[in-house]
Amino acid sequence: MSYLAVVRSILRKSRDNKTIVVCSSILLLIAAVALIGPLLSPHHYADTDFDQPFAKPSISNWHVFGTDGLGRDLFVRILLGVKVTLFVAIIASGVSLGIGVAYGAIAGYVGGKVDGVMMRAVDALYAMPFIFFVILLMVVFERNFLLIFVAIGAINWLDMARIVRGQTLSLKRREFVDAARLIGVSTPGIILRHITPNLFGVVVVYMTLTIPQAILVESFLSFLGLGVQAPQTSLGALVNDSVSNMERAPWLLLITAAVLAVILLCFNFLGDGLREVVDPRKKT
Amino acid sequence: MLRYALLRIFGAIPTMLLVIALAFLMVHAAPGGPFDAARVLPPEIEKNIAAAYHLDESLPRQFLRYLNGLLHGDLGPSYRYRGQNVSKLIGDALPVSLQIGVLALIIANVAGIAAGIAAALRKNTFLDRLVTGVAMAGISVPVFVVAPLMVLIFAVYLGWLPASWTGGTAITRLILPVMALALPQIAYIARLMRASMIDTLNSEYVRTARAQGLKTRSIVRYHALKPAMLPLLSYMGPATAGVLTGSVVIEQVFSIPGIGQSFINGALSRDYTLVMGIVIFYAALVILLNLVVDLLYGVLDPRIRTR
Amino acid sequence: MNNELSTIEFLSRQRLPILACIAILLSACGGSQDAQRDSVLNRGMFTEPESLDTHKARSLQAGDVQRDLGEGLTGYAADGELILAAAERMEMSNDGLTYTFWLRPDGRWSNGDRVTAADFVYSFRRLVDPATAAFYAQDSLGDVVNAMAIIAGEKSVEELAVAAVSELQLQITLEQPVAYFNLLLTHPSTFPVHRGSIEEHGDQHARAGNLVSNGAYRLHVWEVGSYIEVSRNLHYWNDAETAIDRVRHHIIPEDTVELNRYRAGELDITASVPSEAFEQMKQERPGELRVSPYLAVYFYGFNLTRPPFKDNPKLRQALSMAIDRETITDVVVGRGETPAYGWVPPATSNYESQQFPYAKLSRQQRHARARDLFAEAGFGAHNPLRVELRYNTSDAHKNIAAAVQSMWSKTLGVETGLINEDFSVLLDNIAAAEITEVFLSAWTGDYDDAHTFLTVLESGNPSNQTGFNNRKYDELMNKAAAQTGPKLRQVYLEEAEIELLSEHPVIPIYFFVNKNMVSPRVHGWHDNVLNYHYSQHLTLTDTD
Repeated sequence: MSYLAVVRSILRKSRDNKTIVVCSSILLLIAAVALIGPLLSPHHYADTDFDQPFAKPSISNWHVFGTDGLGRDLFVRILLGVKVTLFVAIIASGVSLGIGVAYGAIAGYVGGKVDGVMMRAVDALYAMPFIFFVILLMVVFERNFLLIFVAIGAINWLDMARIVRGQTLSLKRREFVDAARLIGVSTPGIILRHITPNLFGVVVVYMTLTIPQAILVESFLSFLGLGVQAPQTSLGALVNDSVSNMERAPWLLLITAAVLAVILLCFNFLGDGLREVVDPRKKT
Repeated sequence: MLRYALLRIFGAIPTMLLVIALAFLMVHAAPGGPFDAARVLPPEIEKNIAAAYHLDESLPRQFLRYLNGLLHGDLGPSYRYRGQNVSKLIGDALPVSLQIGVLALIIANVAGIAAGIAAALRKNTFLDRLVTGVAMAGISVPVFVVAPLMVLIFAVYLGWLPASWTGGTAITRLILPVMALALPQIAYIARLMRASMIDTLNSEYVRTARAQGLKTRSIVRYHALKPAMLPLLSYMGPATAGVLTGSVVIEQVFSIPGIGQSFINGALSRDYTLVMGIVIFYAALVILLNLVVDLLYGVLDPRIRTR
Repeated sequence: MNNELSTIEFLSRQRLPILACIAILLSACGGSQDAQRDSVLNRGMFTEPESLDTHKARSLQAGDVQRDLGEGLTGYAADGELILAAAERMEMSNDGLTYTFWLRPDGRWSNGDRVTAADFVYSFRRLVDPATAAFYAQDSLGDVVNAMAIIAGEKSVEELAVAAVSELQLQITLEQPVAYFNLLLTHPSTFPVHRGSIEEHGDQHARAGNLVSNGAYRLHVWEVGSYIEVSRNLHYWNDAETAIDRVRHHIIPEDTVELNRYRAGELDITASVPSEAFEQMKQERPGELRVSPYLAVYFYGFNLTRPPFKDNPKLRQALSMAIDRETITDVVVGRGETPAYGWVPPATSNYESQQFPYAKLSRQQRHARARDLFAEAGFGAHNPLRVELRYNTSDAHKNIAAAVQSMWSKTLGVETGLINEDFSVLLDNIAAAEITEVFLSAWTGDYDDAHTFLTVLESGNPSNQTGFNNRKYDELMNKAAAQTGPKLRQVYLEEAEIELLSEHPVIPIYFFVNKNMVSPRVHGWHDNVLNYHYSQHLTLTDTD
């Protein structure tokens, strides 16, 4: 099947699945608000207001969610945080997806010794304490935004590679692959045009699980002080800041943690729903 | 099986070498050194210290010196804690982290599996929704929110449990850190187990067994449990990683002198030997665990054993 | 057909994991606490001492523990007054070059040995010995005759001008007079070390069980990463005055965690109070919150070796004037810190701190003047300024930097890039002076004298992070050093500070304060500018 056909098929089946519809709607809504929202508020995310630190939420002066310790509007900062967090998570997952799919598909399809060596390499890499290396990396180099993606992507691609390899192994034996080979399609061609489209389902499901993972890793890095640079912020950084002020301004924690929780939950549920849609076993 | 195990261990040596080399390079690539401070050292003093710690030698020489030490079982002296040996530092911190980590994993597994099975058996009832709901909460609230909250509620406001590692008896001081660490894992495991159990219960041979009239209890125990646990086994890798990451947070919040804290402090203060010691130790541990997991796979899934 | 498998039954079948749990819990029972009737003081400490070896330690925290363990020739009384400690009498020659100390005849080590002048000679020699690689060798004894040559490896340690004239009489000879030499001798690096222990245990002599000390306490337990416990030294000459039997210094890097432990009753004294909880503690526990001036200054330094700040004092002044220091101390940090309009903290003894001339202006006036200077420096809409501000990872630093960024933007239209770096990386960058523009730093006084602050910006000082090189300033400092009369010396120092402030090599932001939570059961606590609180001066009463 071609990419287009696969995507259409998934979309068609998803429409009937309540979970998928609800979760994706919520996520799209959040993303939309994150993009347009800042236009609605008169405040800028770096706008300090030292006369109003830790103000409670109120409609009157447009601080719908209140302010933080420097008097910056929380609503606008949360929107920024959501934007940054989603951006980081999606790009990081994309990176790990790109590497993982390529690696796993090649290993699975080519098979034999190449597969053996490649998977042994994966095993070896698994042994590396990646979190430690990520921390070392971030400690060593400047707080480069790009580096955060790379670091997070580098942790996750191993699982993806393993799963993709497994899928590829079973796909390899299907008739359409034999047919393609008979026609004379080259190996890279087969991998690219025949195997990968059929990986789509599995990959998408896995993406919806890597994204929350990436979000949590980013907030862990923020916890260590290694995340996004001030005055920019991410959802993880916001949650961390509000934890220290838990008693002084509890609404900060409630609001930021709630937003984070909703996003994480939606992705997880979305993954569940997609798994039902995509899983071949259920088709029978 | 023994031969397989030995072969695997042997094959792990190049991996270890790679890990050590990578760690060494990264740590030394970091700008700054172990003895930087706002009060800059007079050049004479700096020279003396560099000599005392062989920092004035070329990198390859330092690397070889380190490897040599490794072969003799010596992880080197700590650069930051003068007079302390890295082996001793790790040896002190390790049992603490292990206590908490292993306990958390066990509790997470037992509770998670039980909850998952119960939810799967009573699918779509109130119990199922409760378990699923709590699991959801566990996944979506990060450790660094839960842990300080727990301290605030149970230690500061209620005063039931100690706020830190040195504040209570050997048992009470374990409760909060272990629970904080276990909760997200319970959530994941419960969900995983529930899904896996549902799938297994729907599989053909279970339906056959049911058709044959076997009781649910025996079905679960003899037919469904083992295969249902398989996906769980492949989660153990990420779970251990999660426990490790979580433990860094826990150790900071509860002032626990564990491995995670040692590593962070070591990385930040450029304690080269300590950082490398921990990396090496951890890599060895993971390799060992992978081996154990693979062997367990063989035990649990008869299909694989024939390999 | 619905015989549901009960969860309890399932659990009961999992014998193995449950046994494992029990085994682990039992093994955890190994470390039980001893319940004695000793009085125990629990203090918080920000970071772990790198060593308790007198000569290999360096940090402030190590110093705190060392002050409980050891005693130097001079020390401080409970109220912060300089007193003789291990010595009972001192004489200084008229030219200020020779110091003679008579040690207490009842001075004892924790193993009962007598403390003799020979101990001090041995210790000072070990301090300057290059093989020891001691951090404070130069700062503490650098003025002693031959010290610098010995440190450089050019002379042998025996040539150090420190001699035991008799069993209890010690003589030290200096290269030039040093007005604050007695203050230097309070520093832990000058405490004596026990020769016998070092010869017996070598590198391991500073461990619990091995360390022999001459102060009010001895080292009892050191649980790495957790706490250090010291217990009463029964042989100490003043042991009768020591009230508390045991002191635990707990290592707690997070101030919020430390406060939680204090509130839970696990700590009697905290090392700090987090900004976030300061107001709350002021409301809830006003008597326990102790705030007092501390000899340290928080500042942003300029890199004077490269543009845009090289040779541009007006620009530097404009940036300094555009910062609302009161807002930072009251709103952002909020723990009673004082805005710094000068370099030397006002709490410094025997000194009259100087201030920027614009300290008294109103905010509007100050901002207007800043804008004028900014334009005179050649910047504005036609030539916008973009500046990089570096700081090390910490929430507090981040907030202050964000506030300053906002102030510079609003008042001058300056765009500031904030760069958060790891501490070691920051120090490295500052020292290299190749990419830094504005950077965060702080300076803590080593002793209660203006010299410790002013010397940092002398052109030859390796700790001079800015590259400030001002001939007039150096000359004034040299003149001050040459004075034996304190009044004239003070005048020169103050002149130097005025010159310094007019050149704006740094932007002082605030002067630190000590902020501690002190439990009501602790008595004898005296606020002092150096934040030295010897455990031997404290008493505990158990109130309910």
